[in-house]
Amino acid sequence: MTPGPVARNAPALDIDALIGDPETSIIVCCGAGGVGKTTTAAALGLRAAESGRQVVVLTIDPARRLAQSLGLTELDNTPRRVTDIDTSEGGSLHAMMLDMKRTFDEVVLAHAEPDKAEQILANPFYLAVSSSFAGTQEYMAMEKLGQLRAVAGTVDAPWDLIVVDTPPSRSALDFLDAPNRLGSFLDGRFIRLLTAPAKAGGRAGLKVFGVGVQLVTSTMTKILGGQMLTDVQTFVNALDTMFGGFRERADETYRLLSEHGTAFLVVAAPERDALREASFFVDRLEADRMPLAGLVVNRIGRVSATGITPSRALSLAASSRTPVARSRRPTRPASSGSMRRSCARPSDSASSRSASHGHTPAYRWCRCRLSGATSTTSTACVRSGTR
Amino acid sequence: MTTGRTDPPWDRVRLHVVTGKGGTGKTTVASALALALASTASRVLLCEVEGRQGISQTFDVPPLGTDETRIVRLPGGGEVIGLSIEPKAALLEYLQLFYKLGRAGKLLERFGAIDFATTIAPGVRDVLLIGKIYEANRRRRDGRHKGDAPPAYDALVLDAPPTGRIGRFLSVNAEVADLARVGPIHSQAGAITRLLESDQTVVHLVTLLEEMPVQETLEAIDELHGKGLLPGAIIVNMVREPLLDDLALDQARAGRLHKASIRAQLTEAGVRVTPELVNGLLEEARDHAQRVDLEREQLALLEATGLPIVQLPALPEGVDSGSVRELADLLVPIFVEHVERAGS
Repeated sequence: MTPGPVARNAPALDIDALIGDPETSIIVCCGAGGVGKTTTAAALGLRAAESGRQVVVLTIDPARRLAQSLGLTELDNTPRRVTDIDTSEGGSLHAMMLDMKRTFDEVVLAHAEPDKAEQILANPFYLAVSSSFAGTQEYMAMEKLGQLRAVAGTVDAPWDLIVVDTPPSRSALDFLDAPNRLGSFLDGRFIRLLTAPAKAGGRAGLKVFGVGVQLVTSTMTKILGGQMLTDVQTFVNALDTMFGGFRERADETYRLLSEHGTAFLVVAAPERDALREASFFVDRLEADRMPLAGLVVNRIGRVSATGITPSRALSLAASSRTPVARSRRPTRPASSGSMRRSCARPSDSASSRSASHGHTPAYRWCRCRLSGATSTTSTACVRSGTR
Repeated sequence: MTTGRTDPPWDRVRLHVVTGKGGTGKTTVASALALALASTASRVLLCEVEGRQGISQTFDVPPLGTDETRIVRLPGGGEVIGLSIEPKAALLEYLQLFYKLGRAGKLLERFGAIDFATTIAPGVRDVLLIGKIYEANRRRRDGRHKGDAPPAYDALVLDAPPTGRIGRFLSVNAEVADLARVGPIHSQAGAITRLLESDQTVVHLVTLLEEMPVQETLEAIDELHGKGLLPGAIIVNMVREPLLDDLALDQARAGRLHKASIRAQLTEAGVRVTPELVNGLLEEARDHAQRVDLEREQLALLEATGLPIVQLPALPEGVDSGSVRELADLLVPIFVEHVERAGS
């Protein structure tokens, strides 16, 4: 395959080398919503498994079709073995979908004493927190990743490679912020305010905070109503004992992510907005010194008609009187020809199962890599294919 | 380009919520809708709630802050006002507005209660975001929230969270009303729920003619119905017309396009014709025919919902403030002229 303009500027991302390297133990797929993160994670997992790795794919919120495409009737909070794969290289594939409430329940059950655990699980505030609070998904994704890593290598958990699909976040990489946010909350005065009165009958609390505390508590009672405040206090008190461990593990997982052995892949689609978002992710990963392995550009069109350049085809279409000329543009953007050349290898075996059938051609890995590259060059390397 | 039911009660709608799977063009559609609604000399508030600054990028204006800022003024006098709603600012404003807290408000912030409420506490974030919209909806032109002055905004458009979260986002107030069983939060949450469940609010769903977005759209419609929320229109975005007519599509699908005439036409156009090129073109034509089939299947699924369907074309040059206006022009006859007819 002739190297396209991309390869001259940005070295290739060799997916097979990445998943074939036994030192690679975690691959994190991140990117904006709608670019095919989950599909990419599943395709990667499948390819790694079929090339001999023991893989588990942790997906956050897959469409039902994806579960079906992996041959699973259902993805639940436990890794399930995917059977319909080629195991001739000795690999295996497990897949699971994060259930944040159940993961949270498990944490409570594992780390609180039985009577306390029950108290927490029944608390109305806990019920709301565990099923809907902003950020739960991010904390629980980190928690689950830590758990999967901790049990790795056992009979029931044979995996040596974890492929993670990140939550559809409000802003880039919310899940990287989860430990910090939790930490600042736990170290904050507010939690001490909430727990202090119960711990020391209120008097110690008053000493610590001075008179302000009464005003704060009475204001909160005024706004929230007494019942809700009591629920919150009971919840925080009950969780207090296990919060520490929770945070430690989140910190530990964060460290794990920044270490050698982890690879971040930013998934994007060859469109302006998707690439702009990809740039944010790249910037953020670099700012956090996370090991960024490369950029996967999804949904590259396939060109079967070789021997004619995109620009030539466009100008012909513009001057012709066939129906093509009347439409505003050809269905396949002019980019596809040169993009195709820039594709390292059509990983059909990996992608055809997880890509939905029929319409778009199978997903391809684009031959792009960002070695210390800025987001501009990463965008440029994709863009250069569109000229 | 509409099919399906075309006579929804848009004239009663004040709050247009725009959702869709990620990547379908929610922000573009919300922006175009706001422009369309403003075309009758109306004041329209266009809000985003995820801090992504999608609106400012779409209109190519400086990043939006927590102040309502005019981003477009139309020749007829219509205006689009932009707002990026941020939970912390919304909470402080809310506390000031309803509790006149003063020093206690500052203390709450110092003690981390504000951070707790906006980042950790369940659903509070979403409550605050919707609460701000509720407030803007009720506000009169004189800045008060009661009285006879005309409303500050004639319509509001919300660039909402994606379909996967929309049900939870819009029903969070009902949950909060359960959690805070009495008190001001309870009654506030109840009032917001009544607005969202009334016929003043509709939820438009943006989708592409692809399996996953359509699947999510259908699931979201069920969820909205289940939660007592009113689905508005299905807006099919980035629609591309088939390149071939139905006869040619049939032939392409069956691999029976006439090779000799393709060769002849290519030669006539000055292209060096090789067997690979011709076979490749036939293969692409078959792909295209299959793609058209799939899109038609997906459209049929959407039509089966009985909701009005609006189709917007793919923009060849991507989205910028000019192309958003083109899309807005397409939306005017559907969302606005109907209003005039109904009103006159």
